[in-house]
Amino acid sequence: MKIYLKIWRQKDADTRGAMVDYTLDGVEADMSFLEMLDVLNEKLVSKGEEPVEFDHDCREGICGTCSLMINGRPHGPESLITVCQLHMRSFNDGDTIVIEPWRAKAFPVIKDLIVDRTSFDRIQQAGGYISVNTSGNPVDANAIPIEKEMADKSFNAAACIGCGACVAACKNASAMLFTSAKVSQFALLPQGRVEAAERVQNMVRQMDLEGFGNCTNTGACEIECPKGISLENIARMNREYLSATVKG
Amino acid sequence: MGVMDSKVPSGPLAEKWTKHKNEIDLVNPANKRNIDVIVVGTGLAGGSAAATLAELGYNVKTFCYQDSPRRAHSIAAQGGINAAKNYQGDGDSVYRLFYDTVKGGDYRSREANVYRLAEVSTNIIDQCVAQGVPFAREYGGLLDNRSFGGVLVSRTFYAKGQTGQQLLLGAYSAMNRQIQRGKIKSYTRHEMLDLVLVDGKARGIIARDLVSGEIERHSAHAVVLATGGYGNLFFLSTYCMGANVMAAWKAHKRGAFFANPCFTQIHPTCIPVSGDHQSKLTLMSESLRNDGRIWVPKRLEDAEAIREGRLKPTQLSEEERDYYLERRYPAFGNLVPRDVASRAAKERCDAGFGVNKTGEAVYLDFDSAIMRYGREKALTSGMKDPDDATVRKMGEEVVEAKYGNLFQMYEKIVDQNPYKTPMMIYPAVHYTMGGLWVDYNLMTTVPGCYAAGEANFSDHGANRLGASALMQGLADGYFVLPYTIGDYLSDDIRTGPISIESAEFDAAEKNVRDRIQKLMSANGANSVDYYHKKLGKIMWNKCGMARNARELKEAIKEIAELRKDFWDNVKIPGSADAKNQELEKAGRVADFMELGELFAMDALHRNESCGGHFREEYQTKEGEALRDDENFKYVAAWEYKGDPSKAELHKEDLEYENIKVKTRSYK
Repeated sequence: MKIYLKIWRQKDADTRGAMVDYTLDGVEADMSFLEMLDVLNEKLVSKGEEPVEFDHDCREGICGTCSLMINGRPHGPESLITVCQLHMRSFNDGDTIVIEPWRAKAFPVIKDLIVDRTSFDRIQQAGGYISVNTSGNPVDANAIPIEKEMADKSFNAAACIGCGACVAACKNASAMLFTSAKVSQFALLPQGRVEAAERVQNMVRQMDLEGFGNCTNTGACEIECPKGISLENIARMNREYLSATVKG
Repeated sequence: MGVMDSKVPSGPLAEKWTKHKNEIDLVNPANKRNIDVIVVGTGLAGGSAAATLAELGYNVKTFCYQDSPRRAHSIAAQGGINAAKNYQGDGDSVYRLFYDTVKGGDYRSREANVYRLAEVSTNIIDQCVAQGVPFAREYGGLLDNRSFGGVLVSRTFYAKGQTGQQLLLGAYSAMNRQIQRGKIKSYTRHEMLDLVLVDGKARGIIARDLVSGEIERHSAHAVVLATGGYGNLFFLSTYCMGANVMAAWKAHKRGAFFANPCFTQIHPTCIPVSGDHQSKLTLMSESLRNDGRIWVPKRLEDAEAIREGRLKPTQLSEEERDYYLERRYPAFGNLVPRDVASRAAKERCDAGFGVNKTGEAVYLDFDSAIMRYGREKALTSGMKDPDDATVRKMGEEVVEAKYGNLFQMYEKIVDQNPYKTPMMIYPAVHYTMGGLWVDYNLMTTVPGCYAAGEANFSDHGANRLGASALMQGLADGYFVLPYTIGDYLSDDIRTGPISIESAEFDAAEKNVRDRIQKLMSANGANSVDYYHKKLGKIMWNKCGMARNARELKEAIKEIAELRKDFWDNVKIPGSADAKNQELEKAGRVADFMELGELFAMDALHRNESCGGHFREEYQTKEGEALRDDENFKYVAAWEYKGDPSKAELHKEDLEYENIKVKTRSYK
């Protein structure tokens, strides 16, 4: 396959970026999207040019590192996958593909297609945990039975990989889906209830401080989420937040 | 052998850890505030260690090359974590977990360490549940378990096929709590480039800020390396792309012995290689072997017809299939340990029975599980005489609930539906049992430098059983290191902060800068990946699933030549003072090329087959591994002497006081 690429190149956070055109021949259907970029980079390096930098690591859809806007969609055209699981068989010979970094004020560009997502870490640091000591817990794990349905729901929320596609997909660059998934995981478990009110308030406050936008229920985040995190979580977070603020 | 003292406590096995904890020195809580610890790597071992050390009161600095601690490759572990809880009442115990692990490791792990691992395993589950890790549960609300290869009990706790993710997020959330409290300072997108020794003790690291390119000095009273394994020296592996040996290798060059480098686990159930462009291999969890049956065609002509696309696997009847694991190992069947299953797959494929285009794949078939579960579900739903299509549909639903995300992952990569046609799998490099030599306290031969999790060598021997790596990472981080490091740090309560303005830091920083300069100025013609792929080919072909003396000798020579060529002819565009992924890769590959040579030397000197190390010259008539306990029941710990080829071998004899060393049989 012959593919035409338009890729965002940006030297660093302070330099203005631009789209650059590349043509890549010999692309195979079995290649992953990132392997296609590897092939491009190999060509650039052999010409002495700087390769296109992009974030990636596990290449099996779970670390949440890869983060490309492909033809305007986070992680590309397929649903429920990350870029590393996208294969070139999803494209046709002669296609033009536009590749950009995540677009959000709270995710500043570091270089080329790499953005800084440490704002997500700070949201979690604000309260995304259960305050239990790590040096030996005497309580037997089965002393807290948890309804299977609740454990599964909690798991579904915890499946969030923190990639930021939800933010990139959102016209308001809102981080509600991410934050609410974290809030939900703990809110659904008995261990997490004790400090639930404080948790949701602190995390929402941090989310706002980082410059993420508001949620206007467009639902693009849910559609683009590679792990199928449900909008239900946003509703749950809103309920949690409301009850926490009412209680004061 | 003065420097290599294993420090295993005396006394009965079951009491060693308790006794040791009672006897080692402690640091007064008020003094912990004056002590700094650096933790490099934030996976299960590093993340849990950092959180616990910070909670105890030490000042912790963590370093990871990823943009967030939560992205460490522990996150990709699918199957589960073992613990001797005996919740299923199937006869499990601490002793049995210990026994299975030592036997599974082919009697090349340290008995006392493994016993301690089994002993603290139960606490790990308690800890994780308290932190909100959403393990799978039964309808009664209690924790669910499943079984893994090499054992006859169900002791594996899991969270669908994403156990590693959930456990890592647990450790990461514990870290976050300490970051919030100001007890952990987290340095992300940073890479450790050297270990700094002052008066022979590890006192800090040189790190590079991967965004700005800045070289930084960080001091501490002790340094913990929890940097994972080195399987990426094969280029193709199930490791994440960034996994490297740099920190461990730098410690090795500063005096830490490197133990058993040739013990590398080849995991039997990975998605086969599809082409030259491939950058990594994806694992299909071993838990699939609970329900999947592994087979190849019985007749060569059927295998050929399948390879050529003339025949579909579903067209072959039961009688025309060779369920070779069930045939060869009736007691364990499809659940034999990973090394046994991997070798058996290679044996069938080498004999011409492979089922994909390259002839390097076998089937993992869920058809009988789908029908079995379907019938059970139909019965429990009150259906008396359901037709096959209904049974199949219900069975597929049950299988989807168990392994859905893995099936989805397979379909995305291979473009085939594994509910309808059997998966194709082949072995791939997955985990390294070798690593930095550590004593019972997890300290390397460099005082003050510790190694935890996959970065050390002690617990897995020559082979690793499923669901034991997560267990070891968290055991080391949550429950072992926080105790044992205190013994060492108790001498440091009056030391005060370690200055970064010293001759030792100057020299280490210069060393790092010179090396980067050398890499950047080699203005050759080849990319870093060009060399990495070449190295990987040598490793896989000559130091892979089967090795022999002749090819190992060739590999040693070829790797040395490739290394020379690399330093002369590599080409790294861009600048060292900015973000530069090619430079990052170059530093890692340069280290892999040194380690690769040591790896081959280690494999060459070990004239036996055991676990993941299979020397073709040493096998039984039936093709099973032939161990030599008389001559090789030791840990091979290599000391750096200026060049990998000059490494000096030290031996730690392995004593098994509590179990009888037997031939490993799963028949």
